[in-house]
Amino acid sequence: MRPARYLVLLALGLPVLTACAPIEPWVKPYEREKLADPIMAFERNPVSGSYLDHVFESREGARGASGSAGGGCGCN
Amino acid sequence: MARPMARQFANNALLIAVSLATASAAFAGVLPEDRADALYHRYEGGGITISGPSVLVRKKIGEQFSVSANYYVDMVSSASIDVMSTASPYSERRTQYSLGVDYLRGKTTWSTGYINSTESDYKAKTVYLGVSQDMFGDLTTVSFGFRRGKNDVLRNIKTAQGAINDPAFAREADTRAFSVGVTQVLTRRLLGSLNYELITDEGFLNSPYRSSRFADPTAPTGFRYEPEVYPATHTSHAVAARLKYSVPWWRASLDGQYRFFTDSWDIKSHTVQLGYTHPLGRSWTLDGSARYYKQDQASFYSDLFPRANAQNFRSRDKELATYDALTLGVGVAWEFRIQRAPWLDRGTLNLRVDHMMINYDNFRDVTKGPRAGQEPLYKLNSNIIEFYVSAWY
Repeated sequence: MRPARYLVLLALGLPVLTACAPIEPWVKPYEREKLADPIMAFERNPVSGSYLDHVFESREGARGASGSAGGGCGCN
Repeated sequence: MARPMARQFANNALLIAVSLATASAAFAGVLPEDRADALYHRYEGGGITISGPSVLVRKKIGEQFSVSANYYVDMVSSASIDVMSTASPYSERRTQYSLGVDYLRGKTTWSTGYINSTESDYKAKTVYLGVSQDMFGDLTTVSFGFRRGKNDVLRNIKTAQGAINDPAFAREADTRAFSVGVTQVLTRRLLGSLNYELITDEGFLNSPYRSSRFADPTAPTGFRYEPEVYPATHTSHAVAARLKYSVPWWRASLDGQYRFFTDSWDIKSHTVQLGYTHPLGRSWTLDGSARYYKQDQASFYSDLFPRANAQNFRSRDKELATYDALTLGVGVAWEFRIQRAPWLDRGTLNLRVDHMMINYDNFRDVTKGPRAGQEPLYKLNSNIIEFYVSAWY
């Protein structure tokens, strides 16, 4: 078998093997200080952000996907 | 009585209310903070003024539940270009209540709620359900959402006793929306999110008041008006990507967003937004943002149709035209604590001002025209002011 084929098999096989292993967080909880800062929140002021979205949607044809769908930095 | 501008302001209100109710649930594995906000908002531009309060209160119940309630009012006073073209100025009030519950179990947060919006000629009821899940060492949060809305569309007519609902007009419109999103910790300083939302409407989707216009050489102005006609269905897709970065040189954050939108009416749009947040000392926080929006017109939009009944579907709604818009905003927040109120963790006083400039490529100002189709293109400049108090407890 040519080396190139080994490489292809390796490339295809590695994701399958690693899928069985737990994923190690590459940013540890103690490394998330900056992300936990309130100024890093996607919606720091929900009542204001929602009002502005309301104004834009009222003036524009586009709609949807305007807010963060939840999720965050896992800082807890 | 004609009031298409108010329709524009009210139609998307419930959609935004859902994002308001769920936006605070930023982390799937932790309930939102206990917090209350009281906001006064004012929009002024293009002959229309819309102002009113918005009050949002959120409180945890035990370790697993958080409830939120919102009261929101739009007081509309309109002498917009649409109104001045075909009708007389009017005033209107829209009131919205919402109630939401979040339930935390492990790393999963379930959210549900109900929203009710009422104005004299538009009633809307919406329920929503959402779930978000932290995974991969809390680096990733995946969210799903569903929303269902039922709307009653009425039409006001003038009588000697004042404006009443036209007994000969009552229509319905239903909305369903599905969303999926993922938020990802990318590095120690960088967060990213990707969201998709599908929204589909069915029923009476245009304004019962607004008219389209067509060329008529026999008319003194060179044109006449006819009722607009929309398709009975509308399906849209929106994909938004967002990055938030903690700058390394001093305490501040940068925010970048992009959204692509397309729909079954052939509208395509791009939205780009950049923001910067900079705390000053212990008490002050400054915000600045720039937002650019560009869209192509709906397939059935025309500023001036060539003749009456020129096509099955017709609209002269400028929100369906081709245009671009730039919005610049600044905000300032001052944080305070009150020693006599130990139950209050902290509070903020906030002021934000945005200026929106819209340039329409194919919507003309009929109030300034010498000849039909030769009028100057319309421009809309608006000021948006928010003043609000926030309290964490």
